Amino acid sequence: MALPAIALFIAAIFFAVKKKNECWKWFAAGVAVQYITTLINTGKDELAGLISGTKADAVTALTGEQWTTCTVVIVLAGIIMLLCRYPRYEASQTLIASLLCVLGGLVIGYIVLLVIEPSGAFEAIQTILENFLTYSKPKSQMKYLGQTLVRTAPLLMCALSVLFAYKVGMFNIGAAGQYVAGACAALFFGLYFKAPWWVCVLAAMAAGAFLGVISGALKTFCNVNVVISGIMLNWITLYITNMVLSMDGVKNPMSPYTIQLRGVNPNGLLPQMDLHTLFGNEKSVTIAIPLAVIMAIVVWVVLNKTKFGYELKATGYNFHAAKYSGMKEKRNIILTMAISGALAGMGAALLYLTGIEEWETTISSVPGMDFNGIAVAFLGGLSPIGSILSAFFIQHITLGGSYVDTTYYCAQISSLISSLIIFLCAFVGFIRFAMQNRIRKRDEAMAMRKDMAAKGGSDT
Amino acid sequence: MEQYAVEMLHITKRFPGIIANDDITLQLRKGEIHALLGENGAGKSTLMSVLFGLYTPDEGEICINGHPAKIKNPNDANALGIGMVHQHFKLVECFTVLDNIILGVEPVDKLTFLQKKQARDKIMEMSEKWGLHVNPDALISDITVGMQQRTEILKMLYRENDILIFDEPTAVLTPQEIDELMQIMKNLAAEGKSILFITHKLNEIMAVADRCSVLRKGKYIGTVDIKDTNKAELSRMMVGRDVKFAVDKAPAQPGEEILRVENMTVASRQHSNNAVKNVSFSVRRGEIVCIAGIDGNGQSELVFGITGLEPLAGGKLFLKGKNITRMPIRQRSISGMSHIPEDRHKHGLVLDYTLEDNMVLQRYFERQFTKKGFLRRGNIRQYAEKLIDQYDVRSGQGPVTAARSMSGGNQQKAIVAREIDKDPELLVAVQPTRGLDVGAIEYIHQQIVAQRDAGKAVLLVSLELDEVMNVSDRILVMYEGEIVGEFDPKQVTVEELGLYMAGAKRQTAAEETNDETVKE
Repeated sequence: MALPAIALFIAAIFFAVKKKNECWKWFAAGVAVQYITTLINTGKDELAGLISGTKADAVTALTGEQWTTCTVVIVLAGIIMLLCRYPRYEASQTLIASLLCVLGGLVIGYIVLLVIEPSGAFEAIQTILENFLTYSKPKSQMKYLGQTLVRTAPLLMCALSVLFAYKVGMFNIGAAGQYVAGACAALFFGLYFKAPWWVCVLAAMAAGAFLGVISGALKTFCNVNVVISGIMLNWITLYITNMVLSMDGVKNPMSPYTIQLRGVNPNGLLPQMDLHTLFGNEKSVTIAIPLAVIMAIVVWVVLNKTKFGYELKATGYNFHAAKYSGMKEKRNIILTMAISGALAGMGAALLYLTGIEEWETTISSVPGMDFNGIAVAFLGGLSPIGSILSAFFIQHITLGGSYVDTTYYCAQISSLISSLIIFLCAFVGFIRFAMQNRIRKRDEAMAMRKDMAAKGGSDT
Repeated sequence: MEQYAVEMLHITKRFPGIIANDDITLQLRKGEIHALLGENGAGKSTLMSVLFGLYTPDEGEICINGHPAKIKNPNDANALGIGMVHQHFKLVECFTVLDNIILGVEPVDKLTFLQKKQARDKIMEMSEKWGLHVNPDALISDITVGMQQRTEILKMLYRENDILIFDEPTAVLTPQEIDELMQIMKNLAAEGKSILFITHKLNEIMAVADRCSVLRKGKYIGTVDIKDTNKAELSRMMVGRDVKFAVDKAPAQPGEEILRVENMTVASRQHSNNAVKNVSFSVRRGEIVCIAGIDGNGQSELVFGITGLEPLAGGKLFLKGKNITRMPIRQRSISGMSHIPEDRHKHGLVLDYTLEDNMVLQRYFERQFTKKGFLRRGNIRQYAEKLIDQYDVRSGQGPVTAARSMSGGNQQKAIVAREIDKDPELLVAVQPTRGLDVGAIEYIHQQIVAQRDAGKAVLLVSLELDEVMNVSDRILVMYEGEIVGEFDPKQVTVEELGLYMAGAKRQTAAEETNDETVKE
């Protein structure tokens, strides 16, 4: 049904990337096919209604689900083509590359679903993309959009943590541990000391920063790779956290989870500032969301506008030159890891202090939040602002995956599809590189033609 | 029999905004050493990249041994017997010499196990035959630049290449190593290998080449027989005007002491011995003191010690009478020390930064560039534009050009501009003209002399004897971490210096004082 349309959109994008002028035809054809197939699908009655009635009927003739898919694909394809008109801007290149990756992930995910069980494949992809939109009532939609956003905030913080370290030349895979440490500190302060929320946030940041400093110090003084120390510390931190959060007064004696913060220390919860009223009174919507966005902007400003960012990036790009110019290169590396750790730790606080979930003290694997953070950072083109969008997208499809119909597919399929898309996101850099190469080649060809024309002119 | 090993006919290669090669013809005879001469940016490297398959030419054709050849990548070039020693060596730092030589053509037995013994024998034999002394088991990161280059040459010979391209091979070598290399090149040519020798050092061309082709600004100027020409003609062809080889300068008028080094000792990173041993000297206002010596005799460490990149193992440093022995690098810089580093890619520039960001690398924290922690982009841009203008730093997009994309000469000019414009009391310049063309060298020498005349103290470290003799007012020769002699350039010959540099002679303390008194 919608397949031919999607094929045409892909053709449109292909031509958009390859030749700028051809793409609109294919795009238009895709819209038309989508339109017509939908009409046919929805049955004769509506078709008859359309013929006799007004155009508005046609719009209502689309079923809700088809409408969403159709819109998503049209918007995606449209954005890509629009961006293709400005291939020279770095931001536009990154966006095109990111969107292509997302699209590629969806297509591969779709193929995987087709292989497993064709009949529900398209629906499943639709469900993943729709996430909270699968609910029909606007109020529930807003509620679950709220939940998605609540989980986006910590993901964004993890992405910021990863990209901040990356800009300074380090791959902070230890953000996972720093995130866990943040969760530990936030919950411990909130539950054990009944501390107010801001103390918990600061404690989480301090805990994350502390772990970061360990990695950073090991790197500068013993030349231990940050990745190695990071992975090791992830596990150490995880089990320490499980131990600390199993203490009396912190862990719920009846379950493996920590006590609900809402019950014992409402002050420990992040304030809502009435934001929850926007999202169907979803209680977990708090200032965490704007706070994360503000942090993204702060990170962008620090990296790009300040002397501090100038020093950090110089250190990351060329350690020796930083030393030569008298920067405190060792201090910079440790400081970077501290900040990166603080961001990850704060991310955990922004999740666990909303009361949306409790820490499971029997957990034996590091939460995936940080690893998704890596994908988010790359999908966002390593820009803090881009990460805001990509964090939302990744969280969107991750949660969307949980709505996939389990009568057709086993429960793991949701994670599989989301992870396929996340995996594809790693190719952003590659696609950008290919695009830049293409532009360079085209410029050369242009220069050649111009030169030939000039030569021809002078000959005559 | 075909007369030419390589014929590149009417090669044209365009890049956006520039024609790198414009209708260039180059014919390399079998068994000859053919020099390719041109300034930085004249198109030599592009032409060689075309020959080596890194670029496809827009027009023109290439014939190898008389047959038209399509070279699409370096593997094709290799299959046609073309080998290249790149200016920046393509070696795996953490591999041994042996591993690097056999990399890509590893001898294996039936079970694909490496047969290193066999390779080692072959390499040792070649090494003996050509006088290319290497230690096959040493790591690349541990050996001298000269030995790295010999490894590169062995790499080509191991692959039995007949057409050898040397891209500025002498830029990093000591005078003795250069002589050795020249001899090796002659031997190779005598054995029937054809050699393309890219350089802008006229002395070397006069010494070894049979013929020389000259490029200027992407255009082919001409090919001359070396026996029918001279340095002046070649340089005129290359630069398009007459070039002065001697540096014009008035006699030095040394003032008060700016830098005093007392019994300085610096540990080595390579070996357990000290790299600099108990060295004492001083540099006065208005003079250029030159440290001469063969590469690896402690000059780098001496400079690292003075500039603060390495801690001192012993001794004291004074800048304008102030003890700076333990002063951090930033403080030294603020107190009036400028440093043009030996390795512009490693220390001098942040290659991924723009030109303007690199221009303020030593001063970004000053009031005019930073306010309350925020960079003042407008002022940085203005300052960078001023320097670019004043020091004629050329780049594709002005201040926002990525430093990485600039030519070596212009990168160096940017560093020189940055360091001189800081208005230092002491300028420490280490091989400031390394890898640069005649025009750029002339310019940088003028700048250094101008600094001296403006009353600055200059400490110049150079491996090139021409530079040492021409620019300096006082020469200190370093050998194995010690200063073995002090000379007045007007009263010493290059040969005499060579003996000191090689460790065959050294002045005793008495002689030194004697020498001083003679000068007075």
